[in-house]
Amino acid sequence: MQRRKFVQLAGLGAGALMLPMSMMGNEIPVEALLDPGMDVAMKKKLADVALNTAKSMGASYADARIGRYLNQYVFTREDKVQNTVNTESFGIGIRVIADGTWGFASTNEVNEEGIKKATQQAVAIAKANSKIQKEPVILAPVASHGEVSWKTPIKKDFKEVPVSEKVDLLLGANAAAMDNGASFVNSALFMVNEQKYFASTEGSYIDQDIHRIWPTFGVTAVDREAGKFKSRDALSAPMGMGYEYLDGLASEKVEGPNGLILYRNSYDMIEDAKNAALQAKEKLSAKSVDPGKYDLALEPNHLGLTIHESVGHPLELDRVLGYEANYAGTSFATLDKWKSGDFKYGSDIVNLVADKTQPHSLGAVGYDDEGVKTKKWDLVRNGILTNYQAIRDQVHIIDQNESHGCCYSESWNDVQFQRMPNVSLEPGKEKYSIHDMIKDIENGIYIAGRGSYSIDQQRYNFQFGGTLFYEIKDGEIAGMLDDVAYQSNTQEFWNSCTKICDKDDYRMFGSFFDGKGQPPQVSAVSHGCSTARFDDVNVINTGRTV
Amino acid sequence: MAIYTKEEARQLMEKAMSFSKADDCLISLSGSESGNIRYARNTVSTSGHRSNQSLVVESSFGKKTGTATIDEFDDASLEKVVRRSEELAQLSPENPEYMPPLGPQTYDESKSYVKATAEISPEYRARVAGTSIDAAAAKDVTAAGFLNDSAGFNAIMNSKGLFAYSQDTNVNFTVTMRSNDGTGSGWVTRDFNDVNKFDPAEASKVAIDKAVMSRQARAIEPGKYTVILEPAAADGLLSGLRGAVNARTADEGRSFMSKGDGTKLGEKIVDERVTIYSDPLDPRVPSSTWNGEGTPLKKTTWIEDGVVKNLAYSRFWADKQGAQLVPFPSNFIMEGGSATREELIKSTKRGILVTRLWYIRSVDPQTLLYTGLTRDGTFYIEDGEIKYPVKNFRFNESPIIMLNNLEELGEQERIDGSLIPYMKIRDFTFTSLSDAV
Repeated sequence: MQRRKFVQLAGLGAGALMLPMSMMGNEIPVEALLDPGMDVAMKKKLADVALNTAKSMGASYADARIGRYLNQYVFTREDKVQNTVNTESFGIGIRVIADGTWGFASTNEVNEEGIKKATQQAVAIAKANSKIQKEPVILAPVASHGEVSWKTPIKKDFKEVPVSEKVDLLLGANAAAMDNGASFVNSALFMVNEQKYFASTEGSYIDQDIHRIWPTFGVTAVDREAGKFKSRDALSAPMGMGYEYLDGLASEKVEGPNGLILYRNSYDMIEDAKNAALQAKEKLSAKSVDPGKYDLALEPNHLGLTIHESVGHPLELDRVLGYEANYAGTSFATLDKWKSGDFKYGSDIVNLVADKTQPHSLGAVGYDDEGVKTKKWDLVRNGILTNYQAIRDQVHIIDQNESHGCCYSESWNDVQFQRMPNVSLEPGKEKYSIHDMIKDIENGIYIAGRGSYSIDQQRYNFQFGGTLFYEIKDGEIAGMLDDVAYQSNTQEFWNSCTKICDKDDYRMFGSFFDGKGQPPQVSAVSHGCSTARFDDVNVINTGRTV
Repeated sequence: MAIYTKEEARQLMEKAMSFSKADDCLISLSGSESGNIRYARNTVSTSGHRSNQSLVVESSFGKKTGTATIDEFDDASLEKVVRRSEELAQLSPENPEYMPPLGPQTYDESKSYVKATAEISPEYRARVAGTSIDAAAAKDVTAAGFLNDSAGFNAIMNSKGLFAYSQDTNVNFTVTMRSNDGTGSGWVTRDFNDVNKFDPAEASKVAIDKAVMSRQARAIEPGKYTVILEPAAADGLLSGLRGAVNARTADEGRSFMSKGDGTKLGEKIVDERVTIYSDPLDPRVPSSTWNGEGTPLKKTTWIEDGVVKNLAYSRFWADKQGAQLVPFPSNFIMEGGSATREELIKSTKRGILVTRLWYIRSVDPQTLLYTGLTRDGTFYIEDGEIKYPVKNFRFNESPIIMLNNLEELGEQERIDGSLIPYMKIRDFTFTSLSDAV
């Protein structure tokens, strides 16, 4: 069923094509989004059924996650609404350790009988798999939190904003793009509310209410005569915020080079759509880049994805250990490099931190999906590799006794595992703006927004593109470029970082649908940084004639 | 029991349809059972089982459509889901691209369901993992693999009397084998409708041999090379070409298939030995003979002797353009030649054998330029023999340029539900080296 529903949506535009099946649920009327759902006392009672059943069957540990996942999506193109979708998914996932082995089962029958049956299945799977288990599970200790709750600090709940207001916003953005010369525009709003209840045999009962939002569009300009087309995507970021992200506050705008308008924690979609159309048209006649070495000034909405691919993924401990070898791959950042204590991941000014508490970020929660209170920790300090991302059953491998609190499952239906926390580059300490940076560059390129991204399975060699490229000549912007991609090696790249703008330039990039695991699960994660400079990077020309 | 027979499905859907008061109603019913096992570090990591069933009702009044879903099938639930979809339809904005339902159709029967696959047990999955792990351990290699099997059915019925039903089964297996010295890696993929065709020992051996053979790879200069792409590698780049058969984006001027005010339909775009078609009845890759709105799927040729023969038109776009409806395909078959992998190697003076391409991303949709890397077994060939393993390369290449530089096509293999041949390509563009194993 989910596959068929996915196919129906997939016909509706480029945004919908990316929608993972797991983000779907049963379609519901929009009013039902406001239904408060099951009360906490009932959730505790039912979670205890799972925990007690597991213990009675000999499990040494158990946790239960009762999840209600509400999604609202709106898709439009030009002057048409293609679809509005409201979905709900509700169920319970039970994870146990029996005979030193994990077992997991889930059910949408959230009642005593259904939960008992699923728990029995989880224990049976654990016992069956223990026969070929060679590495018994070792769990790091965790505090018992008792009954606690956490909520994303939002100002406007998307569920209370009428669909008509959302449709008007998207159609308004589309009109702004079309009025300014776009040939086509697709726009979408993705809104997510995870209502998660976690209970474990460690004595925690955690109720969380998590919100995320992502407004986005793609604008295309076509020159029929020249037989060319160019696109410019939105410069928004998915955020861990409410509908207030769409207020478009002037105080949250940042002026980039060449009059470019960039956004911090508030987004003006109509203004960005208008600029997108003008810039897409400008791209049609932009100069094709001369390949060679350039100093790059990378804008946060672009550099965030570079951080995601070249720092976030290689420092996932499960990848380092080989658990993801058959899918995403392993990592160059092996344990011996970390143990040496002097592995130079980047230059001295490079400080990369993992943080599950950062306000407005996609990864911010009070507690992770195995009941660990979230925190912030260093991954790279003064350029040296200092730590990984690890959860309760992994930290003993790196001689630590406290989980980092970055365990996550995309739904009640899937088992939780280690997922990337927000990973961010600390801003420079000295006062230094993007305009100062451009003045200091003789021969360079300023790159804004995400583009084509590809990196190898151990995260050494990458080739990244962007949305907008501007040539920098002798300290000034010399015009728009096209056909730009840079190729580098992770360690060489981060060691070529020579300047980072200060905190006034700090913004977040986000990935709403980051995939990992088999069967694959998605998670949402943010990456903050200020514009940073990287010297002597190899730039290739991607133009071809066919 | 999540798998309904044709008659059980029809009866249930007729019951639901009897509650409909909308102008048009489309009901979809589906169910599936699937199981999986995942292993890594030569031990099992996770395994699971899923059972899903659901009924989707799409009701329309004029061009206003509403959809509702349910997974309980008693009479009261069926009536509730129909009413809910009708309420949602009344509240929806008009969809200018709405197409009224099709009338009754006749469909071919595709043999995509195999009982043995539907009967796969948890013990079978554990045996597959065990076979793979034991074979790896015996060769000083570490296995990480994933086996997923599923059995399901799909049915649709609409208020104009259309009814379609199909069943299918699938088993998908991949395993990555890494040598314990960390310098070699091999990989294999297998997928079938019929589990009896799957030999986990044979598949695991292919990946283990590549892991052992690819140890201590040498670095050679990137540049233009003759390559032999194994079918999994070729499939990665061909998927870009498949996405380009959409008539609408071509007509809109924003696709590789656009040309001036028209499209490249009828134009020769690749070597004349290239023929690509879809056929849901091909016994090697059987697939559904109808799509989600009930359009029959037939054998369709996309590229014949290098010439674009068809672009895919949705019902809306065909109607708007006055063109014939050409549904999007459910599989792809590229015609091959008779040469085996070994014969292709033997006839190569100097070249690179590629197992697979990884992290493939679009660089320029205008030219279908893609980038990505080789992975899990890349070898240097000289004078008709594999001489030594080489470090992985990054490529920047377009399937169009690649299929114009065709040297020879070899035997076909099934990859992810499609049939793809081995192919030898000259002047394939590698732009940099990667240290990744």
